[in-house]
Amino acid sequence: MGSGVTWIELARLAQAHVFLSLCAVLIAVLVGLPVAIWAAHHRRAGAPLLALVSIFQTVPGVAMLALFYPLLLLLARATGLPIPALGFLPALMALSVYALLPIVRNGVAAIRGIDPAVAEAADGLGMSGWQKLKLVELPLGAPVILAGIRTAAVWTIGTATLATTIGQPSLGDLIFSGLQTEDWHRVLTGCLAAVALAILVDAMLALVESGLSVRSRWRLGAGLAMLCALIAGSVAPLPDGTGGAQSGRLIVIGAKNFSEQYTLAQLIELRLREAGYRTERRDDLGSAIAYRALAAGDIDVYVDYSGTLWANVLGRTDTPPSDIMLPALTRELAQRDQVRLVGPLGFENAYAFAMKRAQAQALGIATLTDLARAGSHLRLATDIEFLNRPEWRAVESRYRLAFAQKRTFSPSFMYRALADGSADVISAFSSDGRIAAMDLVTLGDPLGALPRYDAVLLMSGKAAADPRLVAALQPMVGTIPIDRMRAANWMVDRDKDKRTPHDAALWLRDERAKANE
Amino acid sequence: MISLSGVSKSHGGRRVLDDVSLSIARGSFVALVGQSGAGKTTLLKAINRLVEIDAGTISVDGVEIKEQPVTALRHRIGYVFQGIGLFPHMTVGQNVWLVPRLMAMPTAQRAERIAELLALVALPPDLIDRFPAQLSGGQAQRVGFARALAASPSIMLMDEPFGALDPVTRSELGGAYRALHERMGLTSLLVTHDMAEALLLADRVIVLGEGRVLADQTPHELIRYRGDPRITAMIDAARLSASRLEALAKGG
Repeated sequence: MGSGVTWIELARLAQAHVFLSLCAVLIAVLVGLPVAIWAAHHRRAGAPLLALVSIFQTVPGVAMLALFYPLLLLLARATGLPIPALGFLPALMALSVYALLPIVRNGVAAIRGIDPAVAEAADGLGMSGWQKLKLVELPLGAPVILAGIRTAAVWTIGTATLATTIGQPSLGDLIFSGLQTEDWHRVLTGCLAAVALAILVDAMLALVESGLSVRSRWRLGAGLAMLCALIAGSVAPLPDGTGGAQSGRLIVIGAKNFSEQYTLAQLIELRLREAGYRTERRDDLGSAIAYRALAAGDIDVYVDYSGTLWANVLGRTDTPPSDIMLPALTRELAQRDQVRLVGPLGFENAYAFAMKRAQAQALGIATLTDLARAGSHLRLATDIEFLNRPEWRAVESRYRLAFAQKRTFSPSFMYRALADGSADVISAFSSDGRIAAMDLVTLGDPLGALPRYDAVLLMSGKAAADPRLVAALQPMVGTIPIDRMRAANWMVDRDKDKRTPHDAALWLRDERAKANE
Repeated sequence: MISLSGVSKSHGGRRVLDDVSLSIARGSFVALVGQSGAGKTTLLKAINRLVEIDAGTISVDGVEIKEQPVTALRHRIGYVFQGIGLFPHMTVGQNVWLVPRLMAMPTAQRAERIAELLALVALPPDLIDRFPAQLSGGQAQRVGFARALAASPSIMLMDEPFGALDPVTRSELGGAYRALHERMGLTSLLVTHDMAEALLLADRVIVLGEGRVLADQTPHELIRYRGDPRITAMIDAARLSASRLEALAKGG
């Protein structure tokens, strides 16, 4: 396959996707059908119940998935049980709730829609409630009930792509990482695979449905057999795809949702596999979720940035230099969450306000002080979280910044907005290859409002207890200079001769080997 | 034997049955007649508890109906529905064998019994594997009768059983049922709004109006009845169409 989606990767993601979706639909059926039967027989309770289920449906998919994360964290804390708050469980719960509506709605309609003469005959001949359900209501309602299950299955397979954002592998991995790195082939592969899967499952269920309505055992059997085959396929073991013998314990590597993070996660993965560990990646974690996932032990290792941890995790508003911030972070994170700060990787990825060089020169803007003076008619574009971060509040109040317009984008589109003139200033990342490539200038911070953002390697307490694992990761400290990280990021972000984060990680590894020679 | 004593039922603030007391002897064929809303279907349904009454008592064969499990009561009483109500996903044979199946009767005699029942209602035996959608209206209601008779009930309740049928089929099936009633020694209770049908089929006609018994007589007495204008209107209408037909036949 083309740019970097291997068949084995696609197969693994499709497997996870199918397994998650079908489990969610199954749970929704097991819960939704009894609820529908009950509601169909209790008319007064039916209406508010359907309204409630409809409300679940209106919660945006991304939010629904994200909400189960803190919910499960709270539950784990309250009960003291080792409940995983990230990955399969929250994704399964959110998708199951999501799939309820069509199943409950069609279930109620199926039972209420039965010919009153037939329903009366069932009662009049002396069927008990259970016999009436089994002999009359379910068989006659089956086509409508199944139509609801079909709708639920198609929705769920589509929505399951969002499971990526809470650390559950799915075909959404291709879509999200493809969007971040502007790898449209990847995005399209993910979309088409999800669509194909939805059509396939829909066709199988349609076969079951027609088998029931025309009483064809052959169709019913064929449909069910194909569904079973699909389920079996979703749990069948796949070849590892890494080549090496993998016997060590499984290490879960986290990454936030941008190119540099994907590349670094893959670099960590290369190292750990060489050291004999089995690895799994959780890409596309939300910025705040990544740290909490590490603290909770749902992931073992990832790269974060000192300023982000300082402001968002420790809630500090001061901006000390690295030699004060790093030891303080190391101490406090260990104390708070048993998190081990292994060390800085050697480069900084700071938030930096950037403008096109020509425009900055024309307006005489070189620093944030200049921007405060001239900025009130300029338009700001930021990434999605920046305007909610303490760093922005610090900069805004220290420099008294004001803009004509503020809009948020995913990082790639933020650069596009600057390029096509729909924004004048962006919250760029200092390690980004696009700053040089697009000929942007970053504005100085004479008042020191923005903290340091040294990239640091973090391990969970559990992972740090394995000395061999620490020894495998320790040598990465201080080995990635800023120019090399920029070059690696540019490989992934550029439009021509685009590389995958995996290629970039290999390149980083090889560059380092050359430097050591 | 069915007896009702002081039976009342209100629905939506209206008295559908108003202090009705009746006794129906074993082996009798009783028609319940009245206009729409007179309470005749409610009365029928009260007997097998498809409708729960507000006051009074009903007993079947000397046992009060509330004293026994409702499903067992219904298994013992044959019921034929106005809407026929065959189960569309079951074959003729499965429909007919339904009550025995609910009663967990041994399936050894199943085929024999279904054939016997189909013969009883004058249906060809090869209909057994058909689905209801493949039957004519008359055939479907004959299956309805066979289904009601399957567990050999001694009592048959019939709610406008011929209402959905064309006039020829209607009188043919009415006559056929009357013969079955005699042959099997059934106690039959027929709800109809057709006075002529009641007079011709039943041994005893009970006229209901506004939830009360207006008249309770043999057909022979009732046809000479003079009194309540509501009843005479019904009888006169039936007689009028009969005499018009006769006149037409003579005049033609």
